[in-house]
Amino acid sequence: MNSIKRTFNELFKYPSAVAGLIIILLLIALSIYTLIALPYDRAISLWRGESKDWYASPKYAMPAWINSFRKNKLPTTIILKTDDPSVVKTEEKATVIYEMPFVFTADAFPSEINVFFKSTYTSSPPFVGLSIITPDEREIKLGNFKVERSLAYYLSQDQKLVKKYKDIPIQEALLMQPDSKPRKPLKGTYKLIIEGVTFDEGSTVSAEAVFYGKVSGIAGTDHKRRDLSIALLWGTPIALMFGLVAAVGTSLTQLIISAISTWFGGWIDVLIQRITNVNMVLPFLPILIMIGTFYSRSIFVILTCVILLSIFGAGILTYRAMFMQIKESPYIEASRSYGASNSRIIFKYMVPRLIPMLIPGFVSLIPSYVFLESSLAILGLGDPTIPTWGKVIDESYNSGALFNGYYYWVLEPSFLLVVTGLAFAVVGYALDRVFNPRLRGQ
Amino acid sequence: MVDASPTIDSFNSLEQEVIKEKRSSTALRILKYTASRMVMMVITVTIGVYLTVLIANMGGYVDTIRKAQIREQVGLIVANDPVLRKLSPEVRNIRIAEMVRDQESIYGLDKPFLVRSFLYLKQALTLDLGRAMSMTSNSGSSSVRNIIIERLPPTLLLFGTSDLVLFFLALMIALSLSRHYGSVMDKIVIALTPLSSAPGWFYGIFLILIFAAVLRVLPFGGMVDAPPPKETMAYILSLLRHMLLPVAAITISSIFLSVFSWRTFFLIYSSEDYVEMAKAKGLTERDVTQKYILRPTLPTIITNFALLVIGMWVGAPIFETVFQWPGLGRALYQAIGLFDTPVIVAEAVIFSYLLGITVFLLEIVYALVDPRVQVGNEGPRA
Repeated sequence: MNSIKRTFNELFKYPSAVAGLIIILLLIALSIYTLIALPYDRAISLWRGESKDWYASPKYAMPAWINSFRKNKLPTTIILKTDDPSVVKTEEKATVIYEMPFVFTADAFPSEINVFFKSTYTSSPPFVGLSIITPDEREIKLGNFKVERSLAYYLSQDQKLVKKYKDIPIQEALLMQPDSKPRKPLKGTYKLIIEGVTFDEGSTVSAEAVFYGKVSGIAGTDHKRRDLSIALLWGTPIALMFGLVAAVGTSLTQLIISAISTWFGGWIDVLIQRITNVNMVLPFLPILIMIGTFYSRSIFVILTCVILLSIFGAGILTYRAMFMQIKESPYIEASRSYGASNSRIIFKYMVPRLIPMLIPGFVSLIPSYVFLESSLAILGLGDPTIPTWGKVIDESYNSGALFNGYYYWVLEPSFLLVVTGLAFAVVGYALDRVFNPRLRGQ
Repeated sequence: MVDASPTIDSFNSLEQEVIKEKRSSTALRILKYTASRMVMMVITVTIGVYLTVLIANMGGYVDTIRKAQIREQVGLIVANDPVLRKLSPEVRNIRIAEMVRDQESIYGLDKPFLVRSFLYLKQALTLDLGRAMSMTSNSGSSSVRNIIIERLPPTLLLFGTSDLVLFFLALMIALSLSRHYGSVMDKIVIALTPLSSAPGWFYGIFLILIFAAVLRVLPFGGMVDAPPPKETMAYILSLLRHMLLPVAAITISSIFLSVFSWRTFFLIYSSEDYVEMAKAKGLTERDVTQKYILRPTLPTIITNFALLVIGMWVGAPIFETVFQWPGLGRALYQAIGLFDTPVIVAEAVIFSYLLGITVFLLEIVYALVDPRVQVGNEGPRA
């Protein structure tokens, strides 16, 4: 207990290590929050977009906080529903008119405008007509059509409007200041008018108009309109789990194997040395790829293979060199003389001796495994069900995010990766200096 | 890539066979050493490839490929043979089945698994893996060997250049830092060491973002402009422009850790008594550095560098994918996408070769710079 306290006291002398520890604690807190706030099943179903969760979410939207750093504010998504309290509803016989006011104050245009209709009827479907009244009292007629059960009206695909505005995108043409060049949006209170005519007794029509913004949520959205925060949140526990399990698994087994190798010596030692030699020329990634392609992409299968392939790595050689010295030390000789068994010597006397060496080693190993997980995702070998940081980078890269200027999409997961990696790396380096004072000051 | 913790004694402890030192000339000594290392390398790579084949065939994938190929070939023969075509369907099917069986016995598919696995080993080692399922080389050949051979030079060019740049740059910086121990630059490099925990492709993305996407001064990826320039000079210039970012990414990801650890070795060695003695004798700074500091540290540094290069080979598929470099790694990425099994297996084999050759070359260099190498297990202790 005392030694742990001493270690921490030593560690706190390094400001970088303190920062690293704080970040690690924050990441752990974030993981716990994710697991509680966004249970696995919910996250998976949201990420797959199974229940059409994302129809009212914009594509390629930047994170909302970006507006605080911009002079030209980007619009957020505006959703107008016919049953909103602010909607003025006037009914006259078979006609119902919804007057839906909304305030537009952004300096850029929305990315899309869609209106989703729903209707109930018995024999003939209701008929609707749309128009927009701008703050300067112009009325712009939009489409009119029959609504059978449900219908999505995409303004950008209305051929009449496309013909009318030629090369100006519809969502810009509707909200722009007349004759402004370059096009500027007109700020103020707009009114969307939806006029429905029903033909049956008890027939109803309702609508939901979505003015898609260019910013959304704390993390923005991707090409499938999904909120990136889900993947970023879920990536945290997965990255930590993968890094921690792989690093602990590898270094512990390496330690035990090299202890056995040095203790028994002879052919066991030679064999283990040979396996290490062969393992050095085994193509790590291509083999993982073969396993991922031929057998399974489950994160647990890949994790197991990563550990198996890493066991006979350079670490064995380092530990072996240290065990060689320990093997000759008097306390081992003493234990042998009173008849301690082989396993007792290995697990009770030799392995614990090197645990202090192990800790900085495995903490510094964690970042490489965290990055390995995203590397595999970029090769398309990520677990198909779980959203991770690597998969976000992969998808952004495949959608040409860098080329098209969606930098936030690449930068967010990269930032999390680098923060996680650096946090563990600086703590690892500091631990190394605490446990191996020989290196201090050099 | 994963196990990149620098080990000082690794190569020394790798040496198990003690070659008894006899009074032989240096050339003979090196020749003998080379031969023994070569044999070891061949054995190691063979075992490595055998394991790869076993993994690939665990689900019977290689068998399935072979059988499918045989059926396709037989189908072609039957379709092109006017005599066979005239036969009634039943008789023809019996003929086809016979021919398939014959072919399968030629390829050894009727033999027990152990025998077959050695057959595959031979084919894998010679890259005689038949035809790719959907990939082709630029010249239009679908032979796996042609695809691999075509993709090899770009990979060697990129990683060879990066390795050389990294080695000499890191060596120079480490030497100069060890002379100015404790300076501001020294402290900055130590502070930046954790940056080496991120792999090359990661920095690649940032470099592409800055130089290609925002500043638009360098290309996003690829090896030369499309269409490739006809003049040699223009071609080389375009190649260099495309190589700038990948080489920079590799260098950034590895240089800080290398500089840090090499500088530490230099510091340890420059506090030796014989260095003080050399300085006292009035030797020039240059002589002291080259003969008394660099010489004894080189073996350690080369060991360290070897692990780095091995890590780089391992990371090649992702790295080349990020930079769209038309090398082996990107071919592997494409093969995964197309589920092209023969190419994936061949890629695993060629990467084993590259790793084996790297280890072999570095052992030779090691023997050249460290005359004590065949005395025994006793290596330099840092």
